[in-house]
Amino acid sequence: MAEAMKMRATMDGDVVDVKVLIQHPMDTGLMKDKKTDKLIPAFFINQVVATLNGKTVLDAQWGVGVAQNPFLGFRVKGGKPGDKVGVNAVDNLGNKYDGEVVVA
Amino acid sequence: MKRILTFIMAGLLFGCAHTGPTADSSSPEEDRVALIDHYKQILPNIKFEDYIYGALAMNPDAKSQYDSFMEFPSYSIDLDKGRKMWETPFKNGKQFASCFPNGGKNVAGDYPYFDNASNRVVTFENAINACLKANGEADLKYAGDEMGLLTAYARSLSDGMKVNVKVEGAGALAAYEKGKKYYETRNGQLNFACKTCHVDNAGKFIRSDQLSMMVGQASHWPEFRGGTDIVTLQGRFKQCEKNVRAKPKEANSEEYNDLEYYLTYMSNGLPMLTPVFRK
Repeated sequence: MAEAMKMRATMDGDVVDVKVLIQHPMDTGLMKDKKTDKLIPAFFINQVVATLNGKTVLDAQWGVGVAQNPFLGFRVKGGKPGDKVGVNAVDNLGNKYDGEVVVA
Repeated sequence: MKRILTFIMAGLLFGCAHTGPTADSSSPEEDRVALIDHYKQILPNIKFEDYIYGALAMNPDAKSQYDSFMEFPSYSIDLDKGRKMWETPFKNGKQFASCFPNGGKNVAGDYPYFDNASNRVVTFENAINACLKANGEADLKYAGDEMGLLTAYARSLSDGMKVNVKVEGAGALAAYEKGKKYYETRNGQLNFACKTCHVDNAGKFIRSDQLSMMVGQASHWPEFRGGTDIVTLQGRFKQCEKNVRAKPKEANSEEYNDLEYYLTYMSNGLPMLTPVFRK
């Protein structure tokens, strides 16, 4: 497992278009392991915060409906090339996933 | 009497007039050119280079969604798994790259080819398994996810290469003709041939999907269908056969290898791109 997060931020007119791919199993806790026939415990990202130059622009609470290896895309006004976009995710077991990218 | 004569004359006329792409005496190249002419007639607004996009070339909105997805595909993480498989050395220290000329770059367009020595079609997946076997490793299941992810990366090393399948010699021609016959034979409970949808009715809708043209199909496999499920070309053959309610053959069966041979030849001259997204 290389980096947990892949990010890309480009300008689309005067709006910053951010695309994020996070590597995470996003287990709902309701599926069984086929080999052991035991429930696979819930393991999913439940909070995502995105920042533009340190200021929070997105605050999301995720649940089990989000699929494995979640893809997040959002657009932010007021950004320009060179700005830093940060994404910080936390899962239900407290693991943190952080990524940062410079707007192209 | 006059009526019977009229019927006989009409029958003769129609019989002689039929020299379409399915005539047995034509060469593979003639077949290919005839097919492209056919698509130029039924889909005149689509350029030859855009045949690789299939139904996307017929729908600008769908194409722009595809382009936006391909800028940063959500399957990048899965593709990395394929890259890892390709780059990880075998137990004996060698890598996949050692089994192919040029380290595996720009080779996929030459597959499948007909091997006169073993008298059979050899696909890229066959070559991968031959490489594994030659290096003392277990081979991969042909339509499985591992083979899909590995070839998704391995074939990407040939992106941009033009499909360049050769049909030379009696054995090759026989395999080509078998593939062509399978393509044109009605199949399954719904009684459709591959040709029925993808040649005769390309551009039309089947339920909510638009039918892609056959030329250009083979250049972009395996695909991440729905953005998440990796499907090889022969895996897709199985799905299509199920769709017409026929019993699918096995991947790497003689029928599917000959079919892949025929199908890929028909995409000669078009640039490859692997993997791609389809809905």
